[in-house]
Amino acid sequence: MRAFLLFLLAFFAAPVAAQDTMPPAPFAYRQLDDPAQEEKAQALMETVRCLKCQSQSIADSDAPMAGDMRSQIRMRIAAGEDPEAIRAWLVERYGDYVSYSPRITSLTWPLFAIPVVLMTLAFLLLRRRFGRKGDV
Amino acid sequence: MSESTKSSRWALWLPLAIFAAFVVLAVAGLLWPAQREVASAMIGKPLPEFNLPAAVPDRPSLSKADFADGKPRLLNIFASWCIPCAVESPQLAQLSAAGVEIHGIAIRDRTEDVSSFLARNGNPFSRIGRDDVSQVQLGIGSSGVPETFVIDGKGVIRYQHIGDIRPEQVPMILEKLQEAAQ
Repeated sequence: MRAFLLFLLAFFAAPVAAQDTMPPAPFAYRQLDDPAQEEKAQALMETVRCLKCQSQSIADSDAPMAGDMRSQIRMRIAAGEDPEAIRAWLVERYGDYVSYSPRITSLTWPLFAIPVVLMTLAFLLLRRRFGRKGDV
Repeated sequence: MSESTKSSRWALWLPLAIFAAFVVLAVAGLLWPAQREVASAMIGKPLPEFNLPAAVPDRPSLSKADFADGKPRLLNIFASWCIPCAVESPQLAQLSAAGVEIHGIAIRDRTEDVSSFLARNGNPFSRIGRDDVSQVQLGIGSSGVPETFVIDGKGVIRYQHIGDIRPEQVPMILEKLQEAAQ
């Protein structure tokens, strides 16, 4: 009988709390009253990576931690802090990965240099080809 | 055979070669997925200023000053709603039994939930702060629960362990604490 009950029990999922039950942070889902400040905050939040769901920005994510990050960003912008200073604060804690807006560093400069090199190369090749045609 | 036919014969295989390279890349990506953990960039830096209220009535509150008495200790970031946090509690108990002081920060948690979590899994903490908006968690570059930080006697972050501490990792944590003591 006990074995049968256990067998039946196996068909029911025991719900497990995977997330907290706390209310969201004050400014997680509330916009700032000043539209200019809210715009600044929104622009920053769209270029900060959610650490829980890493292909989303914190503006797109409903993870509680993303809400906490949004709240902190909004509160700091309301207090007059510069968005880029907040980004620098986050990068100081989580590294460049947290920001979707790449900086030029000793590691990332090829990202910026390669397109310029390729465009120059293409321009030179095209000029040679058209130049030759012009000669004929 | 002229030069041009030779080169065009090579070019014939080029799309297949590119496709094969793509397959290799895709299979490699499936077999060895990229590291998804975001390590803190705060190693070697002091803890930020913070002052958290007590999470449970029977343990005092937690502030930065509690880490600056010359003794290295652990800072464990946990939550009652986090399953791996319960899984690592025997390891924390083992570390506590070995004489390691452990301070805890409960992330987005209610007093009654933390109390029942500790009643179920044991309480290795000497102090527990309550961080309702992940403020300290963001301040130290932690991106989830559980995480354990080794803090030296001056309040400087020396090591970050991401995820639960497995039984075989306890000696490694003790070693990191010893390094922090030097």
